[in-house]
Amino acid sequence: MIEARGLSKRYGGTLAVDNLSFAVQPGRVTGFLGPNGAGKTTTMRMILGLDRPTSGTVTVNGRPFTGLAAPMRDVGALLEAKAVHGGRSAYSHLLCLAQSNNLPRRRVGEALAMVGLSDVARKRSGNFSLGMGQRLGIAAALLGDPGIVMFDEPVNGLDPEGILWIRNLMKSLAAEGRTVFVSSHLMSEMENTADHLLVIGRGRLIADCSVAEFIAANSARSVRVRTPQPARLVRVAAADGGAVRDDGNGQLTVTGLDPARLGDLAFEHDIPLHELAPVSASLEQAFMDLTATAVEYRAGLPGDGTDETRRARTGALAGKAA
Amino acid sequence: MTTTTLTGQNQGAGPNQAGLHARPGDRAGGRRPGFAAALRSEFTKIVSVRSTYWTLIAMIVACVGIGALFSYGHASQVLGATTQAQHQAALASARASALTGSLFGLLIGQLVIAVLGALTITSEYSTGMIRTTLTALPRRGRIYAAKAVVFAVVGLVTGLVVSFASFFTGQLILSGVHASVSLSQPGVLRAVIGGGLFLAVCGLLAFGLGGILRHTAGAITAAIGLLFVTWILSQFLPGPPSGWLGQADIDKWIPFNAGGAIWEHVSGLNMFSPWTGFAVFCGYAAVAVIGGLVVFLRRDA
Repeated sequence: MIEARGLSKRYGGTLAVDNLSFAVQPGRVTGFLGPNGAGKTTTMRMILGLDRPTSGTVTVNGRPFTGLAAPMRDVGALLEAKAVHGGRSAYSHLLCLAQSNNLPRRRVGEALAMVGLSDVARKRSGNFSLGMGQRLGIAAALLGDPGIVMFDEPVNGLDPEGILWIRNLMKSLAAEGRTVFVSSHLMSEMENTADHLLVIGRGRLIADCSVAEFIAANSARSVRVRTPQPARLVRVAAADGGAVRDDGNGQLTVTGLDPARLGDLAFEHDIPLHELAPVSASLEQAFMDLTATAVEYRAGLPGDGTDETRRARTGALAGKAA
Repeated sequence: MTTTTLTGQNQGAGPNQAGLHARPGDRAGGRRPGFAAALRSEFTKIVSVRSTYWTLIAMIVACVGIGALFSYGHASQVLGATTQAQHQAALASARASALTGSLFGLLIGQLVIAVLGALTITSEYSTGMIRTTLTALPRRGRIYAAKAVVFAVVGLVTGLVVSFASFFTGQLILSGVHASVSLSQPGVLRAVIGGGLFLAVCGLLAFGLGGILRHTAGAITAAIGLLFVTWILSQFLPGPPSGWLGQADIDKWIPFNAGGAIWEHVSGLNMFSPWTGFAVFCGYAAVAVIGGLVVFLRRDA
């Protein structure tokens, strides 16, 4: 288990991580979601003792990571695929890591076999493709048979086969009872792998909930309509509580009303519609909105079953495809 | 939403990590690692990259080659002498510089070992390996110490090989004109062993600079500046009869002169004695190595 309390990191004038408190539980895949620059990597680096927190603490199995005698047995981490000396063979790379933790030499061969790199074990890792580099990083993470694994953006730049492999690996590691903590800026990736989500934006925790809850609350919240009479529709929608943005050429984006209600309104007022479609906000947009109103969402988000949550959940299904 | 509530929930129900892993990592086996483990790891690192071998081979070739060239120059002057007086003078000169001439390649060797010393630490930063290293073993002091010890041993062994090979090659050439010296003569063995020590400490100086600067080009430039450029600049200082701070006062403190005293390349006035000079040189290296340690311990990786 990973536990952070009041974790903050300041780089000069910017607060990269702002008072994060969370616990990552064993037995499930916990996704660490946030737009680029949200502070995911910095948080992971602080968990691993690479960066010193400006304030707050983070522990791994109840102890600070830097206090672990043989950390590879507790935590396996993949931060960057190519955090490897390219002149060293895959075998030697893993061997020097294994030796630092007194892991038996046979673990090197086992880890290489686990990730399918046995055939290139003696090749210099500098010539590896991104996918092979990623596998080598995962082999290093699994070397000590750790109870906790952490992957930072593991699917970045991988081909579909590699992505599928990593997804299945993470799920099976969690099924074995391990703590799996994986970061991503891609909502779609998290939907496929994570059971639980920690969402951060601008360094702050904005959601700690299940994946379903998060999707329900944050997808497909606006409707795009096209009409030859935009002025009338704006009035009608606004009167019913919708917020309308005029995109020009008769296209409007309405928030606060679901597609069915908007269609009914247009019908009641005899406004012809040429298009009516739910729009899923981009994840980046959702994060920006979330961050702006971080306090409200933190209070309301985790499956409290309000009308709004339920309504948004319906829209989420349509929004997923986008 | 705070997370503390979840902590309690999951420990009672669901798969518990403690249940599956009575002690995490049990399946991996092995003992609790100490300093020896870090040493083994760092040794594997240094011997598993080609740049180590290329650098060391370059050092051996450069040092032995330059020493041989120097000795050959002296020998050919003796052979080329046409008069008895010329012959006597050339022979005296060849004998006087038989030791230092054969070791003169160390002037270049120090730069090569400095490159290796700097790379030992900066290559971890340039490749990103440092993140992997510290994730595997976050005891930074232990890693730094293991790196320094492993490099010092590799540097010393290679340095001694270089020094002895240079010496014997030079003497072999000079023996043709009966100008060679032997290890049993006073100070000779000390100088040849000292050559190896000198190279190892040069490397450590650069290692420390690498730790401070964490950048290959910067560390190598700084090391060459300290070892080589200060020595060249000192050649331009005004000579002894000067009221001002001059060559006599500063010369001996120049790193290359202080460290070189042990292999007797220096003949200027007011130089340190061999071991005192070497101690001063070690002091410079210690400052760099300790500075590197402080940076290594304190800065984010």
